[in-house]
Amino acid sequence: MNLSFFDQFMSPSLLGIPLILISMLFPTLLYPSPNSRWITNRLLTLQSWFLHLITKQLMTPLTKKGHKWALILSSLMIFLLTINLLGLLPYTFTPTTQLSMNLALAFPLWLATLLTGLRNQPSASLGHLLPEGTPTPLIPALILIETTSLLIRPLALGVRLTANLTAGHLLIQLISTATTVLLPIMPAVSLLTLSILLLLTILEVAVAMIQAYVFVLLLSLYLQENI
Amino acid sequence: PAAVLLKDTKLMDVKLGQLPSWLAMRDFTPGGIAGAFRRGYDRYYNKYINVKKGGLGGISMVLAGYVVISYIWSYSHIKHDRRRKYH
Repeated sequence: MNLSFFDQFMSPSLLGIPLILISMLFPTLLYPSPNSRWITNRLLTLQSWFLHLITKQLMTPLTKKGHKWALILSSLMIFLLTINLLGLLPYTFTPTTQLSMNLALAFPLWLATLLTGLRNQPSASLGHLLPEGTPTPLIPALILIETTSLLIRPLALGVRLTANLTAGHLLIQLISTATTVLLPIMPAVSLLTLSILLLLTILEVAVAMIQAYVFVLLLSLYLQENI
Repeated sequence: PAAVLLKDTKLMDVKLGQLPSWLAMRDFTPGGIAGAFRRGYDRYYNKYINVKKGGLGGISMVLAGYVVISYIWSYSHIKHDRRRKYH
């Protein structure tokens, strides 16, 4: 019987030492650095293949200047993906459920894209605030709306990631509690809940991967507008 | 035949009576501790992952260890969630 379903999102600490640093640094152990062999071991081959795949996917729509962002975007992608997937293991802690961390990732990167645009091509990036072909009376209102939507982007990025992961973890905990509690009372309903739990876990794996991808994709889109 | 110095013997070859003096001779500087972690990592990596046909077991052991350590670290918090009539 869980006393509180939100205890899983508390930042873990051991005798006052915050452990969130360890859960954020753990993904680095899982990705060995490439050596200079021609045929590497299976893990390195898979890792290099995956890294090439996402870098190519992210960098194709960008101009040459945007390729300076390749390292940070692909490492952000791998970081978020690993942390989300590791959070699905039992008893682990997912740092991306903390809004503070997601905002800390989203805000500076979004601001960097905005400042790059304003600095290098100010009229073009301000021009994005007004879509082509709007009727003239609507222009002031639309500029206000577009500015609001621009300024709310970092909040949206951070909250989207937090909300998706937190909701998923909470649902898993609720449904598994229901399954355990129903088992002595109504085993048939418990089995039904168990099948729902299995489907939910598959969904959570997908959501973990998709949310990481969406985060980085949106950042690259904001970059495309501004570079 | 030259006897091996206590400093150079491996842990498995140290006699039980020599254990405190062996431990005292180890390198506990930050560089030494980092070196110990690096050696442990290299041993695991070269045995299970850096092989021609490495399988799922190499990385699964790491993940299982991570789950166990997370459980140990959160035990003091989780123990309140036991199934009791009166909490």
